[in-house]
Amino acid sequence: MAALLEVDQLKIDARKDDGSLSPIVKGVSFNVDRGEVVALIGESGSGKTTIALSALGYTKPGLEFTSGEVRLHGQDVISMPSEEKRLMRGQKVAYLAQSAAATFNPSLTIGEQVTESPVLHGQLNQEEANQRAIELYRALELPDPEKLGKRYPHQVSGGQLQRLMAAMALCGNPDLLVLDEPTTALDVTTQIEVLKAFKSVIKQEGSAAIYVTHDLSVVAQIADDIVVLYAGEIQEHGRAEQVVYQPGHDYTRRLMNAVRPPPAAGQGDEMTGDHEREAPALEVRELSAGYGKKNNGNPSIRVLRDVNISIERGHTVGVIGESGCGKSTLARVMSGLLPASQGDVLLDGEPLQPDLKNRSRSELQKVQFVFQMADTALNPRQRIDQILGRPLEFYLGLKGGEKRKRIAELLEMVELPQDFAGRYPDELSGGQKQRINLARALAASPEILLCDEVISALDSIVGANVIELLKRLRKLTGVSYVFISHDLSTVASFADEIVVLYAGRVVEQGHVDQVLSPPYHPYTRLLIASVPELRVGWLEATMETQEAKAGIDRVVRITETGCPFFDRCPIKIEGTCDKEIPPIRNFGDHHQIECHRSEADFLN
Amino acid sequence: MLFQAVFRRVLIGIVTLLVVSIIIFIGTSLLPGDVAEIILGQMATPESLAALRIKLGMDHPPHIRYLMWLGDLLTGDLGMSKAGSGAGTIGTEISVMIAPRLMNTLRLSGMVAIISIPMAMMLGLLASMYPGSRIDRIITFSTLSIISVPDFLVAMILVMIFAVQLGWLPSIAYMSGNETGWQLIRALLMPTLTLVTIVSAQIIRMTRATILNIMSSPYIEMAILKGVPRKRIILRHSLLNTIGPIVNVIALNMAWLIGGVVIVETVFAYPGLAKLMIDGVQTRDLPLVQACAMIFCATYVVLILIADMASIISNPRLRHPK
Amino acid sequence: MPEQESEATMETSFQELPDAPPRRRIRFSLSGKIGIFLVLFWVLMIFIGPSISPYNEADFLDESLFIVPGGDEYPDTDYQPPSKVALLGTDYLGRDTLSRILYGARTTIGISFAATLIAYLLGVTLGIAAAVGSEWLDMCLSRFNDAFLSIPTIMMGLVVIAAVGSTIPILVIMTGFIYATSVFRVARSLGQDVMVSDFVEAAKVRGEGLWWIITREILPNIVMPLATDFGLRFVWIILFISALSFLGLGVQPPMSDWGSMVKENLGGLPYGSIAPLMPSLAIASLTISINLIVDDISAHSGGKLSNKMI
Repeated sequence: MAALLEVDQLKIDARKDDGSLSPIVKGVSFNVDRGEVVALIGESGSGKTTIALSALGYTKPGLEFTSGEVRLHGQDVISMPSEEKRLMRGQKVAYLAQSAAATFNPSLTIGEQVTESPVLHGQLNQEEANQRAIELYRALELPDPEKLGKRYPHQVSGGQLQRLMAAMALCGNPDLLVLDEPTTALDVTTQIEVLKAFKSVIKQEGSAAIYVTHDLSVVAQIADDIVVLYAGEIQEHGRAEQVVYQPGHDYTRRLMNAVRPPPAAGQGDEMTGDHEREAPALEVRELSAGYGKKNNGNPSIRVLRDVNISIERGHTVGVIGESGCGKSTLARVMSGLLPASQGDVLLDGEPLQPDLKNRSRSELQKVQFVFQMADTALNPRQRIDQILGRPLEFYLGLKGGEKRKRIAELLEMVELPQDFAGRYPDELSGGQKQRINLARALAASPEILLCDEVISALDSIVGANVIELLKRLRKLTGVSYVFISHDLSTVASFADEIVVLYAGRVVEQGHVDQVLSPPYHPYTRLLIASVPELRVGWLEATMETQEAKAGIDRVVRITETGCPFFDRCPIKIEGTCDKEIPPIRNFGDHHQIECHRSEADFLN
Repeated sequence: MLFQAVFRRVLIGIVTLLVVSIIIFIGTSLLPGDVAEIILGQMATPESLAALRIKLGMDHPPHIRYLMWLGDLLTGDLGMSKAGSGAGTIGTEISVMIAPRLMNTLRLSGMVAIISIPMAMMLGLLASMYPGSRIDRIITFSTLSIISVPDFLVAMILVMIFAVQLGWLPSIAYMSGNETGWQLIRALLMPTLTLVTIVSAQIIRMTRATILNIMSSPYIEMAILKGVPRKRIILRHSLLNTIGPIVNVIALNMAWLIGGVVIVETVFAYPGLAKLMIDGVQTRDLPLVQACAMIFCATYVVLILIADMASIISNPRLRHPK
Repeated sequence: MPEQESEATMETSFQELPDAPPRRRIRFSLSGKIGIFLVLFWVLMIFIGPSISPYNEADFLDESLFIVPGGDEYPDTDYQPPSKVALLGTDYLGRDTLSRILYGARTTIGISFAATLIAYLLGVTLGIAAAVGSEWLDMCLSRFNDAFLSIPTIMMGLVVIAAVGSTIPILVIMTGFIYATSVFRVARSLGQDVMVSDFVEAAKVRGEGLWWIITREILPNIVMPLATDFGLRFVWIILFISALSFLGLGVQPPMSDWGSMVKENLGGLPYGSIAPLMPSLAIASLTISINLIVDDISAHSGGKLSNKMI
């Protein structure tokens, strides 16, 4: 029996401004059988999205098919007349984009957009389509399925929109689904819910799928076949188990190495000696901060409340939490970019002025900030030597030859060639820019580096290399890191201590091993359970846990009273947790959990 | 939410108008000479001037005078013009001078709006449906040329073609005020044609840009990938999102029409409000200039208000709050 | 052995793929090149126009020049069509149109350029101040600016001229002030965009002062869009000055610029004289050219510029 979709020697080129062509996809062939999920995995620039879109006979503007065929049911979709293509799209092949927020038309109701395709193609009448949509909403576990269709896209949450997009694609009962990084923009806890919904619906409907992603752990959960791509060429192609457990190709192995093991105790690096010093390098006490107009000294939107953290000299403190939990705000308050509304930031035991304008130059020098997006953190109009030279001049008064020598050292430290000094940021790749971004912070010879999601915008291999670099720099310079991340595995492998933030409160903190082993705060447990493992069958196992059932895909709410995690907590105590602020429980040696439950409850 | 946003915008519009009136009042009252001198003209003696000033309330401090002027303005009393003042007579009432001229200008701009709005939207839509095509390139280039050249050049070229070469239309719009039917249309034709050309060029360009902007958004790509037919993509998926911005464009251009009207009325000697104002400027008839400027600015502010309102109302987040 | 070698090369070949295209140079289209040529031509004419013009701008051409064999002994010298004597014909007083256009280039372009410079000096200074300054300063400047923007430029011009008359310095300063409002808006919005960027934040965390942030971080990043905007603004100012002159309220006789030349000769239009048309075409050739250049530049920068400039 012929495969459902046959991609045969596909070549796609990009047309440049001067009319010349540059290859994007260089002769790719693979098949998708009925009821099978094929994952296309690769880093940015590998051509994975371009290949996936070719299944719909479509290329992004500026790209063109050069040769090869993509056959659906034996018929080439590339050479198909446009009217036939239109009939095929939505009906036989459906597409799910990366960002649901952008792919839903803001002016049309959800229902109209979900049912549009089958109604237009004459597969169903409006009534039937509405019924089918409601069934799908139910299958995807969306709230209030009966009324959902009447709402507008901005009225539902991001995770829900992502699932609604799946409903939109499935409504026409397509033979093939094309999923383009559908969970990349989501928080871990939302991601597993969406993944689960996708997987069960695909199975239920019996449709085949092409799943595009850069995340091997996600692939392991959902794919039958894996195609590994690099620079428009297939590096390895095989069954999921085989590729995951016995990668045959060098590039696949490198991808695998970049995937961190699931967070567990005992992964952190050995702490570098004892640091029996009186004062921690940086400390925050009873800190509250937020945005908006102030009344009674409190900002109208409070993002952080009563946060206590201390960073020992030479230690790495990982700050973890989902988007909106206040982790970036914490870094901004420490750096003085956002003055705290209450509480203190102490450097070497001495309180710092809340606003950085009032801090002294040497105080500023000691705390350096590394921004998340190297793309925007480097001034595009300054050369690398100017970018690195300025802090040297500003803090250390270096000039001329001394400055040049130090710039050369810094470039060497971040493992970049010397001739980069004369380049502009535009001429560097993402990982290289992030290294410059780090080097600039290091140029100040700081005591503390505040790293705000420094690897989340990078591809996995590149990101893993940056983490290795950070580890080496820590040994080399003895600097302390505040490492902010939403990725628990990265933090687990790299930090000495972990601070778990939820809705602006520290719900748990302590040494890595303590936080990653029981007793857990229920939120920590949820986070740990949500990190995808590079293991086939992990998803199903996880979904059975009580954390997953209770806590996944609820909106974070900042409450004035009680425990903010109340809504999502599997072990909440009605009448207490929603009314009273939870007490801080100490479990010895800095390990703290903020919860009404006792140790015994946690262990059950 | 929607109501609040609209209310806020109307409030800003009213405040803007007040500020504009202050600017115009200050701009003209700082100057030497006053209404009393204008009214009395050459008969002025120091005594009669002083008496009239008191009678007119001009002995009051500036802010009181401003409030009086504003009050008069709101009740339709636009004051006295210099025109006809002098030997033994006092000036003419401005409202009397303005009324017929305003009618003429409204007639002209109304005609322009009726013709140019649908035509320009069609052409803008046409150009945006086939970007890069020959028709798009022709439309883009000619509209760019029209908006980059002086308004009077457009007027002159049209005169050269229709009045001089073809001899179909008069090159000057003489109007006595009681033309009807064909005579009226003939007089209006050349100025209308000129303004339609200028205003349409702007609307076409902005309509095209707006639609192209929306057509390149991800949800349009999604619609294509869902197999939605082209016609429905344009009519259902993009039009709902373009209508706000396009109404915005049209209101803005109607506001810009004011600038064009000034030139066109001069070229064709069309007896409208703008021509009256230009004459006022040439004779330095300040109360007249003040009144005309106030009318034009108020129209402008109201049109801009409509433009903003269109974008507020077309925002689905405001129409369907959470 | 060969297999090992291929593996070694594989290892090195998995470089991180570049995610940004290398810098592109601006490519001017044919229309852009024509634009550049014409702008350069007029710039040259500012300097050498009077010295290469066939007559003085004030010369009344002698009627003997227009005598044709067997024709009138005393031909009219006004509104003459183009001929070898006067390449672009003569105006309503019998002066050579070409010479007057060449002389007028200086006035029209000079006044407009001076006004644009004033508009920029004022608009950019205040715009950047609003972008980097306190919220309160921004509020004050922006509200004030909005009020001025809500008066159509031509109305503003008319009221001012009615009040204080029209001399060249007044014309230049007034136009500069009127257009400073829109420059302010563009500069403020560009400045604000850069102000919230991470690299400015990085400079702030470093402890840099305001002067460094403005001159080293903000200005280098907005200079290109501002230069493009300068072109557009210059076009609008040329058109504005010309419109005022055309209404008889701009450049006053005996001086003349392109706009007033159109006004003077408007009477010839019904008789098909090209005397009013030629100076308008001179204006058009300059303004269209600048627009063509700007079009190419904003296409190069992804068309993002034009959105800010309405």
